Amino acid sequence: MAWDFLKRLFSTGGSKNIAKERLQIVLIHDRADITPEMLDNLRKDMIDVITKYMEVDLSKIEMDFDREDRSVAFVANIPVTRIKRGVVASSAGKPEERKEQEKTANGGKKATPKRKSGQP
Amino acid sequence: MDPRIIVITSGKGGVGKTTTTSNIAVALAKMGHRVVAVDADIGLRNLDVMMGLENRVVYNFIDVLEGTCRLNQALVRDKRADTLFLLPAAQTRTKDAVTPDQMEQLCDMLRKEFDFILLDSPAGIEGGFKNAAVGADEALVIATPEVPSVRDADRIIGMLESMGKAPIRLIVNRLRSNLVREGEMLDVRDVLDILAIDLIGIVPEDDSVVKSSNRGEPLAFGDSSPAALAFQRIASRIVGEEIPFPSFEEEQNKGFFAALKKFFGLK
Ligand SMILES: Nc1ncnc2c1ncn2[C@@H]1O[C@H](COP(=O)(O)OP(=O)(O)O)[C@@H](O)[C@H]1O
Ligand SMILES: [Mg+2]
Repeated sequence: MAWDFLKRLFSTGGSKNIAKERLQIVLIHDRADITPEMLDNLRKDMIDVITKYMEVDLSKIEMDFDREDRSVAFVANIPVTRIKRGVVASSAGKPEERKEQEKTANGGKKATPKRKSGQP
Repeated sequence: MDPRIIVITSGKGGVGKTTTTSNIAVALAKMGHRVVAVDADIGLRNLDVMMGLENRVVYNFIDVLEGTCRLNQALVRDKRADTLFLLPAAQTRTKDAVTPDQMEQLCDMLRKEFDFILLDSPAGIEGGFKNAAVGADEALVIATPEVPSVRDADRIIGMLESMGKAPIRLIVNRLRSNLVREGEMLDVRDVLDILAIDLIGIVPEDDSVVKSSNRGEPLAFGDSSPAALAFQRIASRIVGEEIPFPSFEEEQNKGFFAALKKFFGLK
């Protein structure tokens, strides 16, 4: 009985902590409607896209969901080691394909790539 | 006072919706409000037996919607409280026997007759839930302090929010304080942290709930068991009384000092 008491006094929590942690994790996925496989694929796709434009430190990439009440933000922290030279920013497809699309969209005019100042 | 339509719901089944509906209905009626408890669980009706009124059911609300009978013919008056009525569900129909439009129609009819319209919803997120919730202004979500129940409650809260129900308030049912003290059950605070909605009641695990359902006498009719008191407090909070929750720390300390006393043989 004394042992029970001491155990209770010094215990850092039983199964309820596990329950809470599991709930928090499962609800992130429920709320974002994202399965672990989807998250994994998203991660791979993000890395594929980003490495087309810059060199990143693959070992230090952090991607996760930031949870606040019932809203979720996807936050990625991707350390850049070097920006590649002469790559056109594009939101879809390969940079070359996108250039083709832009040509037709602008009636044959070539889009001039914008470059941010302060680039290495 | 404007009539209030409140849906009592949960994601998971068997967590206490029907128990809660019957007891809150009784407690509100005892305060003198005109109350109807609507069994919106078509095909699996239970509210009639929980309230002990099963032998007096003649018609159900689908009969009303189909014009087979008038509303007041389908309403079952509870003789134990002057202002309490049950509107039964059809037992031999399926959940798609009514449309959301028809449920809204029904709610509008009831709004003219009652102060409180309580809708006992079926479990789940299917059509039955939508039918039960569509006509409601506000919602009570029931969850037990267990992982599947809290998870499913989160889902339901999201749906209720997107349907524009407000307020949406939480009842934590079947709390076992001994387990909470031992760190083996989620505490109310944990559940609130996770679900991030307002709390309206904490109902302890209580054997008298089973006894009362055996008899068909809702606890709120007079019993002073812990669960009966909890349901009465919820009813009071529904009508706007400010009844403090016993502080969670206090509860914890009580447990701690009780253990301490027991340890030193002070009983
Ligand atoms: N606070 C409680 N203490 C003990 N038993 C409870 C409590 N609340 C519900 N129960 C039991 O749980 C079972 C399911 O309750 P019910 O109200 O029918 O749930 P639902 O309508 O959500 O399916 C019933 O057998 C009931 O007696
Ligand atoms: Mg039920």
